[in-house]
Amino acid sequence: MPAESGSVLLVGVGGQGVVLSSAVAADAARRSGFDVKQSEVHGMSQRGGVVSSHLRYGPLVHSPLIGAGEADAVVALEWNEGVRAIPALRPGGTLIVSLDRIPPPSAFVDRHGGAVAYPAVAPDTLRRTVPDVRAADATSVAAAAGNARAMNSVLLGILSPLLPFPAEAWDGAIAANVPRAALEANRAAFAAGRALRFPAAPAPGTGRPRRRAPAEPPSVGSVDIVDAWCKGEDCAICVRACPEYVLGFEPDARPVRAVRPDACTACMLCEILCPDFAITVRRAAVPAGPSLVAAETT
Amino acid sequence: MSSIAASSSSIAVLLSGNEAIAQGAREAGVGVAAGYPGTPSTEILEALVRSDPDREVYVEWSSNEKVAIDVALGAAVGGTRALTTMKHVGLNVASDTFMTAAYTGARAGLVVVSADDPGMHSSQNEQDNRFLARFAGVPLLEPSDSAEARDLTIAAFELAERFDTPVLLRTTTRIAHARGLVTLGERRAPSRAGFVRDAAKYVMLPGFARRRRVVLLERLEALRRHAEETPLNRVELRDPAVGVVTSGIAYQYVREALPEASVLKLGLTHPLPEALVRDFCARVGRVLVIEELDPYLEEQLRALGVAAEGKRFFPRAGELSPDGVRAGLRAAGLVPAGTPRTPAPAPATAARPPVLCPGCPHVVPFLALRQLGAIVTGDIGCYTLAASPPLSAMDSCVAMGSSIGMAMGLVRSGGASGPVVATIGDSTLLHAGIPALADAVANDTPLTVLVLDNGTTAMTGGQSHPGAGATIRGDGAPRVDIAALCRALGARSVTVVDPYDVAATYRALEKAIASPGLSVVITDRPCVVAPVKIRDTPFTVAAERCIACQLCMNLGCPSIVWADERYEGRHKVAIDETTCTGCAVCAQVCPTDAIALVTEGAPAHAG
Repeated sequence: MPAESGSVLLVGVGGQGVVLSSAVAADAARRSGFDVKQSEVHGMSQRGGVVSSHLRYGPLVHSPLIGAGEADAVVALEWNEGVRAIPALRPGGTLIVSLDRIPPPSAFVDRHGGAVAYPAVAPDTLRRTVPDVRAADATSVAAAAGNARAMNSVLLGILSPLLPFPAEAWDGAIAANVPRAALEANRAAFAAGRALRFPAAPAPGTGRPRRRAPAEPPSVGSVDIVDAWCKGEDCAICVRACPEYVLGFEPDARPVRAVRPDACTACMLCEILCPDFAITVRRAAVPAGPSLVAAETT
Repeated sequence: MSSIAASSSSIAVLLSGNEAIAQGAREAGVGVAAGYPGTPSTEILEALVRSDPDREVYVEWSSNEKVAIDVALGAAVGGTRALTTMKHVGLNVASDTFMTAAYTGARAGLVVVSADDPGMHSSQNEQDNRFLARFAGVPLLEPSDSAEARDLTIAAFELAERFDTPVLLRTTTRIAHARGLVTLGERRAPSRAGFVRDAAKYVMLPGFARRRRVVLLERLEALRRHAEETPLNRVELRDPAVGVVTSGIAYQYVREALPEASVLKLGLTHPLPEALVRDFCARVGRVLVIEELDPYLEEQLRALGVAAEGKRFFPRAGELSPDGVRAGLRAAGLVPAGTPRTPAPAPATAARPPVLCPGCPHVVPFLALRQLGAIVTGDIGCYTLAASPPLSAMDSCVAMGSSIGMAMGLVRSGGASGPVVATIGDSTLLHAGIPALADAVANDTPLTVLVLDNGTTAMTGGQSHPGAGATIRGDGAPRVDIAALCRALGARSVTVVDPYDVAATYRALEKAIASPGLSVVITDRPCVVAPVKIRDTPFTVAAERCIACQLCMNLGCPSIVWADERYEGRHKVAIDETTCTGCAVCAQVCPTDAIALVTEGAPAHAG
């Protein structure tokens, strides 16, 4: 990383502490005598969305934003966000990434096939694209240092040798920005991160990586209704219970109909709950086709 | 963040644009500040409170931006410098006063901050509020970083008093939420010039207003002359081949992308310094206007007869960026087109749209509304996220308070295929929903209004409002009782329900929809995130009882994930105990009672 100026992109999930981490690094730059600008977005993204903070330092900094492919380093507090931020790196840049994975609810939408839309945690694979990947089980490192929640300070510790900021600038910045109650834990986590050596292949089983489940046939069903036994809209237990909104009523209100038949996953709730035994769910064997979302990528 | 709380000193500290505006206002001796929270403006008043432990300044969250600007105007008429802050769309709400405050002026400085959101990070539109300054006829200042945010705030108060006019200080996201070094000056105690009766100036009866209209136009001419001389507008002559006219954040991108170009850097962008612009453009070869959003400067330059180029090359939609400026310069032939960087290709990633938090009390009402087949008009707040899967239970969201009026129109259109339900948060109801609710009552509209009362302005980070029972400083305060308010407006059917009680919420909504005329359902549960984090004993899944039906996944709760283990080919579920707030909603919807409290659940299911 150039000594006189640089750009660091910090990314993570709303609530992880991206903004605080970036404030610490920016303050360390200031304490080292650099001009510095830092930019992030507040508001809706803090509701579990992607949070990113741009940090730039140098003798005179104009833009608070880093151009695409111009970041010297990316610091990612979460695996998926680290992978997403790779295009922000300049050639030869460093990806510092936590092995923590926070799959968003939208990763679990393939109800038939069960494919999880989340990139596999595989630092070695990433090194084909980004030679300098510094992946760490930051949460475990922080826990060992005293407090798992100081995970972001572990990552700042890993970042620190890459930046021309003296140790006292980092320490002063941590002391000035981290809440007092968490200060010692964050100092210890920072030191533990700074002591890590790279490249190091992560130990197997760290960072809660997920084994790829063996391929399963998709779970698909179809619903048979005995019209004469269905009480219709006055009951509607099956309509309320169906997790896939398969069942509904035509305007005549009786009997119940499969209004989204393709969505049935054969969970059997309607059959089990129908007080009149009017529903039979049949599990269908369907030919394996492309699933609704990409399978776990490697 | 802590830096602004420290006493002023001559060293440079890192401040966000919002913190710098608060600092500038304190150095200018602001006496009253009022606003309504809205991204990216919210932190200005919060920083002002932090900077003022001695409570020299009166600061309030107003119930809406119109009230806020009225409070500020009244304070300025009363002789103390006044600040009002809002997001860009907030100025639409305040514009009724804003347009006429331009006629009255005030005794002490009145500064209106509009924080615009190009790119719509957290907004429903990306209107360019520079046009509102021109529309109203008030001076417009545009800082280009935190240091200027402080400087221009001080300059705004001086300008406001010198010319007896409100001043619009317009920022954008990359000013408001970017940190930069700011050298602090001394804070001043609030000015107290006192109120002086002047009906011809402050009572805008037509006879008086006609005279003030002429005063406004004369003032604009004086401001134009001032704009020619002020150091806020400066010429940076470098290579004369290309001259760039720019303002705000775009200036910073231009300085990096085209460091040798001559630049006319405008800090005071209304009224435009016509002679300065003409002179600059005559001294350079090609004239480019580089500005975020609309061609506000470009059109005025063209009207001056300058052959300026701008939106031909630079985007009008979305946030400007260093990349966007470089792309425009390439298109204009000013930087070589060859070898643009090819970023490293990344593996596929999971999309991560914002979601409702674990334990959010807004989830169950929307789950019920979807199952009840309601047509749902939405409003501005976290609950707008209920429009996304898996809840997918909102059909419109336009502007603060629009849900109730739009629902009335939908009912009267005769086109609604199901029951019509307006959903509105507590802060939004008190902001702009009350007149609409009164209208719905008075016109006997068959409609259900669902008030999602979480006791705070959640989306912007938990700011207080008149129903919250606290002030911006955290002091206890009288609170508006929302159920009593609805009854006082004339609603006869008002039901308060706990949205963590799934069955009760379903029943309340079912009953309200079935009842004739207007009905109100209020869900009453505090936000679990702000202003205080609420955590209860987390829940866990007894895997042996889970039949992988996925019913709980329909809540969209980020704490519920797929387990590796499957049942009949489908994933069983698991709960992340570190983020589960213990709301118990998933345990209520689970058809096999597989979800139980962590402490009780484990032994209970062991056998």
